[in-house]
Amino acid sequence: MIEIKNIEKSFGGVKILKGVSCVFEAGKTNLIIGQSGSGKTVLLKSLLGIHTPEVGTISFDGRIYSELNTDEKREIRTEIGMLFQGSALFDSMTVAENVGFPLKMFTNDSNEKIQKRVDFVLKRVNLIGAHKKLPSEISGGMQKRVAIARAIVNNPKYLFCDEPNSGLDPNTAILIDNLIKEITEEYNITTVVNTHDMNSVMEIGDKITFLKNGLKAWEGTNEDIFLTDNEAIVEFVYSSNLFKKVREAYLKG
Amino acid sequence: MLIRYTSQIGKYFLMWKEIFKKPTKWSVMKGLIFKEVDDLIIDSLGIVAFISFFVGGVVAIQTALNLTNSFIPKYLIGFATRQSMILEFAPTFMSIVMAGKMGSFITSSIGSMRVTEQIDALEVMGVNSLNYLVFPKIIALMLYPFLVGISMFLGIFGGYVATVYGGFGASTDFIEGLQRDFNTFHVFYAFLKTFIFGMFLATIPSFHGFYMKGGALEVGKASTVSFVWTSVTIILMNYILTQLLLTQ
Repeated sequence: MIEIKNIEKSFGGVKILKGVSCVFEAGKTNLIIGQSGSGKTVLLKSLLGIHTPEVGTISFDGRIYSELNTDEKREIRTEIGMLFQGSALFDSMTVAENVGFPLKMFTNDSNEKIQKRVDFVLKRVNLIGAHKKLPSEISGGMQKRVAIARAIVNNPKYLFCDEPNSGLDPNTAILIDNLIKEITEEYNITTVVNTHDMNSVMEIGDKITFLKNGLKAWEGTNEDIFLTDNEAIVEFVYSSNLFKKVREAYLKG
Repeated sequence: MLIRYTSQIGKYFLMWKEIFKKPTKWSVMKGLIFKEVDDLIIDSLGIVAFISFFVGGVVAIQTALNLTNSFIPKYLIGFATRQSMILEFAPTFMSIVMAGKMGSFITSSIGSMRVTEQIDALEVMGVNSLNYLVFPKIIALMLYPFLVGISMFLGIFGGYVATVYGGFGASTDFIEGLQRDFNTFHVFYAFLKTFIFGMFLATIPSFHGFYMKGGALEVGKASTVSFVWTSVTIILMNYILTQLLLTQ
């Protein structure tokens, strides 16, 4: 479980996060949604330790990040898996080397054991036969799956995903969404997904945190979205006619 | 502007400190070092050999063509070629060429990793990205004097070929010039400054790649800026080291 308490972060005198508090639960897919510039990425990067909030605390299963020493912070980082928007696979490494990288860096496992684990996670993300290919030789959807495999290879406690569906066709996007949800439940991971894709919100959003202008404007589940009268979330979600119709149909039963 | 430059210089020295923190596992680092030796040293052999041989030849021809007075001995061609190649051409001129060749490679490869979030990925995993990316380059460039040694040899050989086969002087004269007043301290001076230039060649382009911001266009700009600053630093250091080591 990750608990955020009243975090604030500014850049160049402009306050991007203005006191956000929320809880991301284990075994659930927690989504952060909001318009561009609402502070989603800054919040995610603060969780990753890339940005340091000026005010407030972030705790990972009771361990307050800002109060830890360097070694303890690194320990937490080895418990984190991250799926970047552009996959962020290492260009010079093959698919298998990319996936095995965290194990090679942080464990003393033999090459054989690493290979077995790599085979297992690649099979888990339905990617067989791509071991020796370079990231440039596979499709965007496959790259995302390799990135998921790399993120889960060392059994992380926390999985962060930044816009996992960006640049993907609808079918592949659903596959990636489902994969994230399945893995979250299977391994009881605390997953935090940063997205503005409403399909993802409806498909996998166990818990949704809606940010507006650096503040938490709403919180609930994907079903609560249909029932809420909160102006901010209604304006964001139902700017699309399709979702207006979906909501009407839902409310009519 | 002065504050910006001072701050950048400070950031550069802080980067040096970070490079040696939390080292990467030796089993991983070993592979990275070999890869950098291949990319930076072995891959540069061809261009170093080509440039050195022909510049050595040109130095010899230019010297020969300027020896119009018959009282000036012909061995001066070999002497001038040797001194030019050992003292300045191989260590300094070749380092400027390498600032373009290796430097732009280093800046663009690290810059591309920054743009595509690969460096963020390393950081998030808990890897000291500066150690992982820059340390192997520093170690690989400790072999840079080897490259400069080859440049010295081929430059002098180019001078010999141009002199003897171009009809500018006899082989014995050229060899006599090579041996006359040979000072081993000059070789030490050349290799010492080469070693220092090698450290700049590894770290200044890495600095510009690592701390760049923006997209693909900025990677190109960072490569240009890194070439300019590496060259400026090498030329300034060359002046300082020459003043310190060769003057009484």
